[in-house]
Amino acid sequence: MILDRIWVSGPEARLLPAEGLHGPTVAVMAMMNFVMIIVAAAGLALANTAGVVVSGTESRYVVELPAASASDLPRAVVAARAVPGVRRVSAVPQSEMRKTLERWLGESANSPDLPIPAMATIEIAPGADPAAVSSAVHAQVPAARFSAQSAELKPLLRSLRALQWLALALVLLMVMATGAAMVLAARGALDTHRATVEIMHRIGATDRQVTRLFERKIATDAIAGALAATIAAAVVLIAVGGGVSAAAADLEWSTPFASPDLLILALVPVAAVIVAVAVAHATLLRALRANL
Amino acid sequence: MRQGSETREGQLSAIVQFESVGLRYGTGAEVLRDLDFSLSKGRFYFLTGASGAGKTSLLKLLYLAQRPTRGRIRLFDQDLSDAERDSLPHFRRRIGVVFQDFRLIRHLSAYDNVALPLRIAGRDEADINSAVCEMLDWVGLGDRAGARPATLSGGEQQRVAIARAVITQPDLLVADEPTGNVDAEMAKRLLHLFDALNGLGTTVVVATHDLGLIASNPGAEIMRLDSGALVDPTGLLKNPPRMDRREARL
Repeated sequence: MILDRIWVSGPEARLLPAEGLHGPTVAVMAMMNFVMIIVAAAGLALANTAGVVVSGTESRYVVELPAASASDLPRAVVAARAVPGVRRVSAVPQSEMRKTLERWLGESANSPDLPIPAMATIEIAPGADPAAVSSAVHAQVPAARFSAQSAELKPLLRSLRALQWLALALVLLMVMATGAAMVLAARGALDTHRATVEIMHRIGATDRQVTRLFERKIATDAIAGALAATIAAAVVLIAVGGGVSAAAADLEWSTPFASPDLLILALVPVAAVIVAVAVAHATLLRALRANL
Repeated sequence: MRQGSETREGQLSAIVQFESVGLRYGTGAEVLRDLDFSLSKGRFYFLTGASGAGKTSLLKLLYLAQRPTRGRIRLFDQDLSDAERDSLPHFRRRIGVVFQDFRLIRHLSAYDNVALPLRIAGRDEADINSAVCEMLDWVGLGDRAGARPATLSGGEQQRVAIARAVITQPDLLVADEPTGNVDAEMAKRLLHLFDALNGLGTTVVVATHDLGLIASNPGAEIMRLDSGALVDPTGLLKNPPRMDRREARL
């Protein structure tokens, strides 16, 4: 569809003066597309991060015992291990608990007077019943508190989802802004070449013949802008993504973008060009129909 | 030109028919009023009248740049008074127009300007090339084919405009002061071109003040506009139009 609008014969193309690829349309398209790709990439990275968080916590549970019952932790661990479907039960050593508390309490965290709760992490197999684990633990240690790790991360996941929607909304807003810019570009082009258009109409040119000339220019500009934006955005994402990938490797996370994400990012400028040409086409036809 | 009530034979050969046509721009007074006439296929017409009489407005109605504000206009046996906009290009391609101000496309060469109607009509480039070269030779601009309008004199631009108007051998040729910027010799050649086209069956309507031009074509019919109406107050015009219907009834 786009190629059909770009490809006009040489003599036909000469009907509008060749101004080269330096008009404002190219710059506007480049800026819009750059922002769209970066925002879309941020949205996808957030989605992936949320996915990593969810998959990392959905099968993990925590058993927490108050300091007074801390000595009951081995019984709770044994009870949990006995439940079918439980993959791993790890008691968190007291030394590690104190080390964690050191961040806030300093040396006081090592005081023997400080009551330290006992804790164990439990990982269960997919499909296993966490309620059975909870019942088994409570049967042995009634004071134990059994909770899902994902429950504690729900506010974070909510924020991540909200940011994803925000990214999507921003991309859509940019698409609309691109459309609005194309409306102005198409009207401007018609105003600039009004005399040529009028002569063509008087000689018997159809609206389609006239719009094809302008569409060619607008499509060429839009593709040039989108291409420049894609290259610039790719450089930025490779630079930023390289650092994230290194950190992800250290943390045993996945890389920020999977193959489908890259395809989506590649489709953003393509969609922007299609929207630009479609909007320009509609604008030109409407403007031409205002005259006889 | 045949006015109002018409013979059956005349009506059958009419290429243009105006019935009680009026035209006003916006909310202003009518610039054309009660126009009732028909133009026969293959005839040659001169349209005369003082400046501001409405000649250009009448031509605009003929080449479908304006719709009448009242009355009916039939062109090529079709009522185009309120025809669909999308249907007009087909009819416009059958009309050649020489504009008073030439209206050449300034960034195109003389060749490309003359080739424009053929390209719009979708002709092959090979056909276009031979037709355009022949036409440019005919109007004496064979060696200026690559020149842009800005580098051509007024007379040369006018010849390019005429070549563009006649290159498709239109059914109807409408020319607004076509010899205003050329010398007497070129005016004669251009009139000869119009005559030749007329001989091939093209109906020609030329708006002009040039009495010499009118005199050089004794076979032509004459239409005279005065304050937006067709008149012949002196009774000296050849084939003068009768009074409009209202006056005829009185």
